[in-house]
Amino acid sequence: MKLRGTVHKYGANVDTDVIIPSPYLTLTDPGELATHCMQGIDSEFAQKVEKGDIIVAGTNFGCGSSREHAPIAIKAAGISCVIAKSFARIFFRNAINIGLPLLECAQAAEEIESGDILEVELASGEIRDITKDKLFKAEPYPNFMLELISAGGLIEHTKRKLEARKDEI
Amino acid sequence: MGKTLAEKILSENSGVDAQAGDIVIAKVDLAFLQNGTGPLALRQLPASGLDRVANPERVIFFLDHAAPSPSRELSNDHLILRDFATRSGAQLCDIGEGICHQLIVESYANPGEVIVGADSHTVTAGALGAFATGMGSTDVAIAIALGKTWLRVPESFRVVVSGSFEKGVYAKDLMLHLIGSIGADGATYRSLEFCGETVEKMSMSERFTLANMAVEAGAKAGLFPSDETTHRYLESRGRGDKFRAVGPDPDANYEQIIEINVAGLEPTVSMPHSVDKIALAKELKGERIQQVFIGTCTNGRLYDFAVAAAILKVKRRYPATRLIIAPASREVLIQAMAFGYIQTFLEVGAVLLPPGCGACVGVHQGVLGDGERCLSTANRNFRGRMGNPEAFIYLGSPATAAATAIAGEIIDPREML
Repeated sequence: MKLRGTVHKYGANVDTDVIIPSPYLTLTDPGELATHCMQGIDSEFAQKVEKGDIIVAGTNFGCGSSREHAPIAIKAAGISCVIAKSFARIFFRNAINIGLPLLECAQAAEEIESGDILEVELASGEIRDITKDKLFKAEPYPNFMLELISAGGLIEHTKRKLEARKDEI
Repeated sequence: MGKTLAEKILSENSGVDAQAGDIVIAKVDLAFLQNGTGPLALRQLPASGLDRVANPERVIFFLDHAAPSPSRELSNDHLILRDFATRSGAQLCDIGEGICHQLIVESYANPGEVIVGADSHTVTAGALGAFATGMGSTDVAIAIALGKTWLRVPESFRVVVSGSFEKGVYAKDLMLHLIGSIGADGATYRSLEFCGETVEKMSMSERFTLANMAVEAGAKAGLFPSDETTHRYLESRGRGDKFRAVGPDPDANYEQIIEINVAGLEPTVSMPHSVDKIALAKELKGERIQQVFIGTCTNGRLYDFAVAAAILKVKRRYPATRLIIAPASREVLIQAMAFGYIQTFLEVGAVLLPPGCGACVGVHQGVLGDGERCLSTANRNFRGRMGNPEAFIYLGSPATAAATAIAGEIIDPREML
């Protein structure tokens, strides 16, 4: 599957308190969460984001609280994937579990700028910056996680396993 | 090749000979959700047929993040957890009992266990020699349903601590110093394993503070070998029979060894808006503070209150600086009353909150105003953390917090000792 969108770029240590501030944690509708997405760091984000757009950030994206509202808000805002130098581990698991693709690529995160148009091929990890005519390569996912992603997240994956009577994760 | 503490516990709980980098399916000994993150997952479970509980005795739901509830929406979130606990037979810790991480160490966690919680500070129980880690609520809900979870066995950093703390310097200062040196992502995906003569002499309360903040360096766990101090703590909690000696092999493989001598450490403060942005308290002298918050899973225990009360006693709080106190658990509150600490706090004009997360979560009980500065004993000072992105949060030890409440500005607590 090829993703295509415009880049919104942020720095290092984008934490889950700025992605979705705690007063909104009682919201459960993804669309409503999306209207407050990135509010703590970029108050215009919800207005300017378009379906398919891509977030590019520095190291430790998603650090802090374990709230799953963070990747849900990003996904529901229309973001097709997040590219960062590195991700905080709880955010990484949460994103995979709810079906928001993440790519780790330091060089891409360094060189890509806000407003660039990207094309991303998830299976190969290829990131093409159309604006700059540059190609970057992210690490592909380990098989175990590809299985989770292709099932559509952890709940679906577990259901399938249970239906197959394996009672495993 | 010998094993690190993380490799040991995860090998034992998965039944395979696991090394760093392996993905294992581990038996989960204890799993918990709290009212901030839990309801989101619990709402989707019934539709998927996964709303079951493998081991109700060892599954706990906590109402601590906004307790008692300040709004109808949050009250409805509380209802979801109460209802699910009633239907499934899982344990419920209702409002006023305290913060999940404090109650987990007081009443549930044991050495050698695998513990998952839907809260990033689940790492606190690593101080008891348990592999405790935070996850999202969907991950924890599946662990609750099946009694197991998948984990990548982390690489480990060995943190060797030596020397004696100077008067007025505490474990909190050490942890802020460590996070400041390795960075907020310095230990991402890693386990921090603490050891050394200083750690061996440290009380459980101070060990909890260190383990609690491991996640602020990105770590998956903050582990301590269990020893005589662990044993005595468990005995005092009526769980002496659950003690087991767990520790790394002498020839374990560490990705990095970090050595810290605490002898030269000084009271340290994290500045807005990142935990790794540290300065010495004395360098920030003159920085006006409108609110001081003493509490949280990092520093809301009896020992922390003893340190703060000793400084506040027979002193006057700076009138324009509010002081808010939140005990980490009901038991901490009861003991702090017996020792007279609460009396001291109230006499200097503090506001006492019920046991729980209090002002740290930013939804009630101490939300900051625009442009205000708070010095908190919490673990996190991100923009907007205390409910207002236009406010500024500094982190420090209970001693630094108490001294700041007297001075009305950030101050090195040694000036008050």
